[in-house]
Amino acid sequence: MSTVLSIGADALAYGMVLFVICIGLSVTMGLMKVVNLAHGAFAMIGGYIASYATQQLGLGFGAATALAVAGTVILAVPLERWLFRRIYGASELTQVLMTIGLTFVIIGVANFMLGPTLKTIALPPLLSGPVDIGFRSIAAHKLLAIAVGLAVAAGLWVLVERTGFGVRLRASVDDAQMAEALGVRTALVYALSFALGTGLAALGGVVGAQLLPIEPYYALRYMVTFLVVVAVGGAGSIGGALLACLLLGAVETSGRYLVPEYGAFFFYLAVIVIVAVFPNGLMGRAR
Amino acid sequence: MRRDLVAIGCILAVAAAGYALVPTNLALLTRMISIMLLVLSLDLVTGYAGVATLGHAALFGAGAYAAGIAASRYGITDPLAMLGIGAAGGALAGAVSGAIILRGKGLGQLVLSIALGELAHEAANKASALTGGSDGLSGIAPAPLFGLFRFDLFGHTAFILAVAVLVVVFALLRVLVRSPFGMLARGIAEDKVRVAALGASVPGTLVRLYAIAGAVAGLGGALSAVSTRVVGLDALSFTLSAEALVMLVLGGAGRLVGALAGTLVFMWFENLVAAISPFHWLALVGLLLIGVVLFAPQGLTGLVVPGRERGR
Amino acid sequence: MSALLEVRGLSKRFDGVRVAAGLSLELAAGDRTALIGPNGAGKTSFVNLVGGQLRPDAGSIRLAGADITRLKPAARARLGLVRSFQVTRLFASMTPEEHVALALLQRTGRTGRLYGSYRRMPGIVAEARDILGLLGLGGVAQRPAGTIAYGQQRLLEIALVLALKPRVALLDEPGAGVPPADAGLIERALAQLPAALAVLLIEHDMEFVFRFARRVIVMVGGAIVFSGTPAEAAASPVVRAAYLGGPADAGSGA
Repeated sequence: MSTVLSIGADALAYGMVLFVICIGLSVTMGLMKVVNLAHGAFAMIGGYIASYATQQLGLGFGAATALAVAGTVILAVPLERWLFRRIYGASELTQVLMTIGLTFVIIGVANFMLGPTLKTIALPPLLSGPVDIGFRSIAAHKLLAIAVGLAVAAGLWVLVERTGFGVRLRASVDDAQMAEALGVRTALVYALSFALGTGLAALGGVVGAQLLPIEPYYALRYMVTFLVVVAVGGAGSIGGALLACLLLGAVETSGRYLVPEYGAFFFYLAVIVIVAVFPNGLMGRAR
Repeated sequence: MRRDLVAIGCILAVAAAGYALVPTNLALLTRMISIMLLVLSLDLVTGYAGVATLGHAALFGAGAYAAGIAASRYGITDPLAMLGIGAAGGALAGAVSGAIILRGKGLGQLVLSIALGELAHEAANKASALTGGSDGLSGIAPAPLFGLFRFDLFGHTAFILAVAVLVVVFALLRVLVRSPFGMLARGIAEDKVRVAALGASVPGTLVRLYAIAGAVAGLGGALSAVSTRVVGLDALSFTLSAEALVMLVLGGAGRLVGALAGTLVFMWFENLVAAISPFHWLALVGLLLIGVVLFAPQGLTGLVVPGRERGR
Repeated sequence: MSALLEVRGLSKRFDGVRVAAGLSLELAAGDRTALIGPNGAGKTSFVNLVGGQLRPDAGSIRLAGADITRLKPAARARLGLVRSFQVTRLFASMTPEEHVALALLQRTGRTGRLYGSYRRMPGIVAEARDILGLLGLGGVAQRPAGTIAYGQQRLLEIALVLALKPRVALLDEPGAGVPPADAGLIERALAQLPAALAVLLIEHDMEFVFRFARRVIVMVGGAIVFSGTPAEAAASPVVRAAYLGGPADAGSGA
């Protein structure tokens, strides 16, 4: 029983990190209908900036995180304008090729600028040690990941369901042409959503750096995982993404605890079963 | 028909040139041909039928391991038998992975293809008693071809066998894409609903196509096993799947010759650049991909002979 | 029963909208029936349900006595139930001749062949040329379908129906989007349909409905509100109410 709770706590932390990173991908996929394999690269960039900020610039964790998010967004916005906008509406193959190409370039640049070794983000004393939560102690950074994940979920829900931007966002998702005709500036909505999505990815990259270590191949290593979350959760659905992240977090963590030798094998097997059985996502509708 | 003969003539001419120009590195050329078979296989599935996949190397690896295991564990060393076993292994892997991948739609389909590829990779990694695991499979000693031509260190026999296989497979595939079955596959890429409305089964056709593509890829894998005498996990890697897609798109998808051209150009450059730095090579490949998408969506063959329809 | 197509109690709701409310319909061989109704009445959804592109929540569909409710579109087409699409669905890079050839190959069970171009099959080529000639598409037979005029694309849709030699044909607004100058071509094409074929046609052009149909069915809000001859339909207050202006507004096209 305590094993179950233990797995549960770790799975929750891992799932929340996945959520913060992937929700941005879910939104942009649902909105712009672009298969973006480069999303993980933005999480990686956030992690790199934060690492540089804490290690080389000596900034505090909070400042470094803010810098990481801002820096990633500043890089992402022109990319959306000059690259991504050209592949909205293109075939899936075209989008895959373009975004994988972008991922490769980002990996190459990361290695060139900062070298191939693993980068760490210096945590403040508050977040460095373990915290006793009753049945076990858990690393403080995992609690942070859970807290951030819940905050992001709640914040997004408010943004999408309760604000003017959310209304315009939902209108653009449902019918872009109609929204445009009604005066919604969809290009602006796209740009802002992309900024939001990549900013969240960067945040996730920073918060999850202990679980998903920062190194140049990060963008490729976890690409499958991020894509699976969106495929299983259904693009554009906050609830779906949350459910998918928790499910995959549970599968991945259980695998690592129970059958560490075959962890990867069972993870991919689970992915295949889930996607094959739910081709429209967990919360999708079959026509 | 005439265009096919011209293409085959070109293949033979380039092969002869390669034989003359780099007689000490026939192994590289033979490897290129093995990969060409993989990329041709990918062209069937992606270029003609429109299925986007990043797990195609699994079919190549299935053929490679099938041939390798047959030779090293079961003593089947006749090279043609090894090729046959590789093709069969690839076909089986193709049918199974096709059936699974086609359950998905859009992003889900892509994810299934990646997951299947990685699953195959992990399976080969863990079944080390059979496959040699991360050390790879060795002890593959192909017998002389027709009892006469030994597979020596210089690689002459392997190279000529490879060219012969390539020419035969290419010719057969040209016939296939013009056949009624080939027309169906092209139709599926353009409008699945229309194909079904004509009375043709889309999933049935695609699984059959995947089996055929699997046989071609498996043949490439077996050829690689015969000529290099080892099979490693890299034959099943995501990297290989991604590179195959890059080569296909670089050369031009949907024309078969594009697969050949793309592989040749890509691997030649890789041979030059990747030794310097793998990361630089990766970034270069990335720029190449972005460039092709933005400026030359029909690939190199599209630049040379622009506007040719898919499948002609 | 001599009904070729029997639809009973077909119901479907999606996204909260009731697109089909217990629809029942019969078609016999040789029927020329027009399905009309205001926009949003559910006519195309009905064709999608009968054609198999949409799965019903309830109801049954029988073709020549056999229950086809669970069958996928491809199976229904093979059994002789063929539909055309309101928004043209063609293979942009294939020529009209290739389209018709593919349909003929499918009908004659040769699409499993892995070798041999259709151009080497004189029977296929001849029949394809005949069908294209009948519809006036001979001149564009070798051009990619994506490059021919929209009116010709609509004719190609009809050519595909002819090529498949079905028993029942569901035509979803064959003249939709065709410039008025070419509308006559569509009418002539429909006149070429075999006499024994049961045809259900969705149409908005009332003059054409009067010339072509022997029976008219009116749908409103997912339900059938009238079934009778065109003359009866013109006189019916129910139909007039459904249309607000009625069949007298002929030729407006939409």
